This record gives sequence, C-alpha cells and structure tokens, in this order.
Amino acid sequence: MTVAEILKKEFPESFISEHHDYGDETVFIQKSNIVTVMRFLKYDARTSFEQLLDLCGVDYQGETPRFEVVYHLYSLSKKKRLRIRVKVDETDLKINTIIPVWEIADWFEREAWDMYGIYFEGHPNLKRLLTWEGFVGHPLRKDYPVNKRQPIPEPLDIV
Amino acid sequence: MDLGKFFGDTILTTRMKDLVNWGRKYSLWPMPYGTACCAIEFMGAVSAMHDISRFGAEVVRFSPRQSDLLLVMGTINYKQAPVLKKIYEQMCEPKWVVAVGACASSGGFYDNYSVIQGIDEVIPVHVYVPGCPPRPEQIMDAVIKIQKMIDPKGALD
Repeated sequence: MTVAEILKKEFPESFISEHHDYGDETVFIQKSNIVTVMRFLKYDARTSFEQLLDLCGVDYQGETPRFEVVYHLYSLSKKKRLRIRVKVDETDLKINTIIPVWEIADWFEREAWDMYGIYFEGHPNLKRLLTWEGFVGHPLRKDYPVNKRQPIPEPLDIV
Repeated sequence: MDLGKFFGDTILTTRMKDLVNWGRKYSLWPMPYGTACCAIEFMGAVSAMHDISRFGAEVVRFSPRQSDLLLVMGTINYKQAPVLKKIYEQMCEPKWVVAVGACASSGGFYDNYSVIQGIDEVIPVHVYVPGCPPRPEQIMDAVIKIQKMIDPKGALD
C-alpha cells in the first residue's frame, strides 16, 4: 500500500489527488485539514515521516487558487520521500502552521510569509526572515515589479 | 644667512602640507570590505606576485578606526547597506573609498529587489574599478589613482 493510498483511505474528505513518477510520490491535500494529516504522517507506523525537509511557497500567477505550499517529507526509518502540496487562494491566504508537528517549520514558514505573503495561522513569531524591517510587499510574487527598489535602511544603534 | 651653505646637503626644505601628503600617499592603510570574489582578487593584489606594498598600501587593517582607504569588494545588499555606512562613518578623516568590481559599482548583474545598485547610493566613492572580478593590476591602478588624488590636496587646509 502506497502512502497515497493510505491517505486516501484515512482522509477521504481531505485527499484531492496524487501522482507519482520514478518513486517520487506527490499528494494534494485540502488546506483545512493540513495539521491532522501531517501529524498522522509523522506518527503513524505505516508512514512515519519523522523529518520535514523543506517547506516553501509557489506562485502560479493566473491560476486559481493562485498559491501553493509544498511540504517535503522524509522518513528516516523507511528511507522514503513524500511531497505534500496544498493550494492556497489569493483571497484567503491563511493556512494553519505545522510547528506543533515539526518545529523546524518555524523559519520555513517565516520565509514563505516573507517571500509570498502566505499567512501561517498559529505561528508564534511570523516576522520577515530574509528581507529587512520596513520592506513593503512580497518579492518572489510574480507580480512584484522587477525594478522596484525599497528605501535603504538606516544604521541601527548597535552598542 | 645661507642655510644651504651652513648645513650642506644634510637637510631638505619643503612645505608642511607637502610632507604630510607625501606620507599619506605612500602609507594608505586599506580596510577590506570583502563580500564576494573581488576580495579574492585583492588577496592576489596583496600577495607576492603583484605586491601592493610597492605602493605602500599593504598594511591591511580590519578595523575602520585604523584605516583610511575603504575597499568595497563585492555585492552589497540592502541589509548590509547600514553596516557599510556605519563602517564608513567610523573611519577617521581623511578617507577614501574604492568601489571594486561591477557589483560594488553598479549592482552588477544583480538587478533585483535585494541588491544596492552601486554603493554610491550609500557612501561617497572616489574610484570605481570595472571588472567581474577585476584583475589585481586594476586594484593597484585604483590605489595609484587615489594617490594622485591625494597629491594636489592640501592636507592641513
């Protein structure tokens, strides 16, 4: 039984679709149930994806829903990989944080917030990670103007 | 009294400002602000092959308080701009700035949201060095240009 089949059986209402090539499994999941699905994937003995390798945002400008959050999971015990994709629409950019499941998601989610403006609800410290204080907009969005320049930050009073 | 007759060739006469300028010209202490590959070329300029000490500029100081030539070598992004400005302000007068390489001079090929399009947006620049990265000879050329800049200026004015 593949991971996609397990997910389809356990979460029929959250499972949207799956595809796999060359052992590279990808599952689309409903946004509302992401934390429950992630907790299941981490702790269930059949899946046991102990590690969150990466979390990132994607901008599919022109499509609806426009944004996507992609989670890359790795199972240290089973030596397996899984990609979870969640569609997030421009009109409702909120998605639940998965920090309760994997603490490493903290900075990943901050980066996705910084670059794409995806708001992770329940994040304890959702501040910009890579750009600086006072930055306006989200630079990796496809509609961010290439030639837009932000004001240069002033020196802070560092003792 | 003819001093020349009295002292012979044991003394030289000059003006104070010329003497100070002469000293400054041949004892530029560079502060390397290296963020990219241009800094590697600077290492080449300092070491034996090209040997920048022939121009008196080999005493590399890693404190802005002790140096008078700021060499900005590499990409400067927006988050670094306040740091660079602070370091420039910490240097004692008189001071000179060289923008080494395409990135420091104009942002180079980093035409994006995070990179300053030339450090002259933040601090004044005296000499721009083209190249990506420039050859060590070009860095030496910049030092010579700075020396020529010091020459006619009155140090004590």
